[in-house]
Parts: sequence; C-alpha cells; structure tokens
Amino acid sequence: MAETTTFTNATQILEPFRGVKKVTIEEYFTSGHRTCQGCESALVMKLMVKAAGPRTIVLGSTGCMYVANTTYYTTPWVVPWMHTQLGSSGSAALGTAAGLKALMRKGKMKAEPINVIAFCGDGGGADMGIGAISATLTHKEYNSLILLYDNESYANTDIQISGMTPFGAHTTFSPPGRAKRIMHTRWKKNMAGMMAAGHPECRYVATVCASYAVEMMNRVRRALTIGGPTFIHSLDPCPKGWDYDPMLSHELGELAIETGLFPLYEVEDGQVRYYGKTKAIVEGRARKPVREYLLKQGRFAHFTEEDLAYFQRKVDAMWQTWEIPAVVPFKRLDATKSALGAT
Amino acid sequence: MRFRSPFEGAWADPDALLVIRTGDWRLERPVVREARCSHCGLCWLWCPNNCIRDRGTHFAADLTYCKGCGLCARVCPAAAIVMREEDGA
Repeated sequence: MAETTTFTNATQILEPFRGVKKVTIEEYFTSGHRTCQGCESALVMKLMVKAAGPRTIVLGSTGCMYVANTTYYTTPWVVPWMHTQLGSSGSAALGTAAGLKALMRKGKMKAEPINVIAFCGDGGGADMGIGAISATLTHKEYNSLILLYDNESYANTDIQISGMTPFGAHTTFSPPGRAKRIMHTRWKKNMAGMMAAGHPECRYVATVCASYAVEMMNRVRRALTIGGPTFIHSLDPCPKGWDYDPMLSHELGELAIETGLFPLYEVEDGQVRYYGKTKAIVEGRARKPVREYLLKQGRFAHFTEEDLAYFQRKVDAMWQTWEIPAVVPFKRLDATKSALGAT
Repeated sequence: MRFRSPFEGAWADPDALLVIRTGDWRLERPVVREARCSHCGLCWLWCPNNCIRDRGTHFAADLTYCKGCGLCARVCPAAAIVMREEDGA
C-alpha cells in the first residue's frame, strides 16, 4: 500500500496557447464525421483534443458526439476513443484513470502522464450521469477531465427536453400551442456552479464557449495540467435544436456570452476568475438585451414581449442579486438581514 | 461499399474503415478570394468539420468534406470567403 501513496500523480504540463498563430496544427479529430452542418459540439471535440495533444484517451458517453461521429465502421478520432453508456461518463473517466495508474504502478506499462477526458452531453451529463460525475469529482488521486457539451436538449434523438433546456424553448416535448404558449416553465440548471460549489476536492471547474476558441483550449489545457478530477461546461449552439441558419453558430455563442446568459469563468482552488467578455461585464460593461439572442432562434419564435421581459428579469437577477454574480445563486447576507428586519 | 475483412471488428484494422465523404451534403460552396485572404487562420480554427486546409498563402476548404455550413464565410474578418450555390454537378 505504501507504493500506492508514493506513486506520483504527475500530469502533462500544457502551457497555454498565446494567440491563434501559436495553436498546434495537428488534428486529432479529423474530417468525415456525420454531425450536422455548423455543429458547434463537433468544434468543441476538435478543439478539446487539439488542446489535449496526442497522449490522450477520450471516452464518450452516448449522445450526439458519439452517435454522429462514430457510426459503424467509421471514426474521426485519431487518439484512442471508447464509447461508454449514457450515464456513465464519470465512472468511465475514473475507471480508466485508475486502471492506467494501476498498470503503471505494477510496471506493465511505461509510466508517463496520459490525459483521460470523458465527454458527455447535457442529457448524459447533467440529467442522467450527474451522480457518477459528482462521485468522480471527489476522487482527488485520479487525473481526469469531464467535459460537458451542452446543446440544451437531447439533440441526437430529435430535440427532447433535458434539464439544461432554457425556459420556454420549443422542443418536441414542449411544442407551443394556441391554448398554452409556454410549455416548458423550468429554468436551466447551473451545472458548473453546482460542481464548483459542492466538490471540495475538485481543483478546477470552468465554463467555456467554442466561439472563444483559444480561451477554450487554454481552459482545457489548464484543467489537464492541474491534475485531479476537473470539470468543464461548454455551451454549444445547435442549428437543428435551436432552429437557426448554420452559419450563425459562431455568433450565437458570442451573443450568449455578451447578453450575460452564459458566464465564462473558471474556479481554481476555490478562486473564481472571470475571463473574456464576461470579465468586461463584471467590470461594468453593459450587457446586451437577451432578446437579441433569443429572437435569432426559432425555438423562441413564439415568445411575446411578456416572456422576453421575464427572461430578461431572470438574467438581471442572476447578475445583480447573486453573491458571486452568475456563478452561485446565493443571496448576499446583508440583503438577507435587511429582508428579515423588514418583516 | 466493400469491406476488406469478412469479419467484424473494424477498429483493429484501420484500412477497413469507411470514409464518409460529407462533401455531397453541400448546397453552397465556400469560394476563397485569394487576394483578400490575410492568412489569419480564423476559418481554420472555427471550421467544425476540420476541412479548411492551409494552402501556403491562403486557406481554402477541402471540398471532399466541406458540408457547406457557411461558418467560415461568416467569421472571416476580411470577407474573403463567399458562399456560391452548387450547380448540381
């Protein structure tokens, strides 16, 4: 047992890319995959594995990025890749990391740091697999990264509601009608905030968006360098599920950040650090109105002014009343005290 | 579509893998105006299909795989890429 505790928990040291020109040109996720036109999740996979480099094992739970990419007899992956079951991305990441470590400790394999990345969709990660991911994030002795690519629905099986679908969106489970306009009244889960707040052993949690590609790759590289279990949440516009022209994918990602709907931040050892456009918003730059983002998408085409105002109010509350704006939904203590005093 | 091996298990033999030529999905084709291309690489970075190739002085799409989403035309800061309708050939 002494060996187990002294075995080094080394990770690859991946320096951040400084600008587009410094990004490596090798591709580990190649052309010829059957994702939709303008699929941002495919872009996330490409950038993720480009950032991670060749000594990487990728594990994919069921979802768009498994089904569309690796239909029978085809694969775009250059690095080793394995399919895991829908809810088990966390378990697979932990098991692979533990297995590699055991093989290296016993001398059956050359001891070297190997990146283990498990990706999961918002259905597989935020709905079904959340228990396994949560368990993985408590095991600090195994290095793994879990990347949640969030296209806000079960897009692979034709756009059903998931826990990450935003308020009021048109999905096949929530079609708006004449009698009832808003069929989906729940608000989206705060996945990255939940993972950061509830897992003291997890050293790195970040949110990324592929519209800011270099920043996104640097977050992946940081997560793999820091070691231990880490979690990244990525927002991916989905032309099919969100119902817009595929060429707008990039702009919708940018608009989600600029409207303040999806904040970009990283939580490293408990320290929250905003970056990119979100940093500018925190420092006082005005957020764009959410209607610019919502009305570009067909899934919100049934929204009236009343719904848009409600959506804007919820986003404003996220930035104005939360203890750490847009990260964790706790209210400030002095605000609570004054509210108690008033009653 | 022919397999070289009569048995299943494509993963052990990279030669037996199928290649999906996603280029035949395309309705519009990205055309690069080479004189305007500043070789910045943003289209290469943001292409979800990984089909933009570096041609030395400019970037251009590999039309075997390009699905014609038009993202490269949209992100190009110099507006060097225009989408032209495929003529059905």
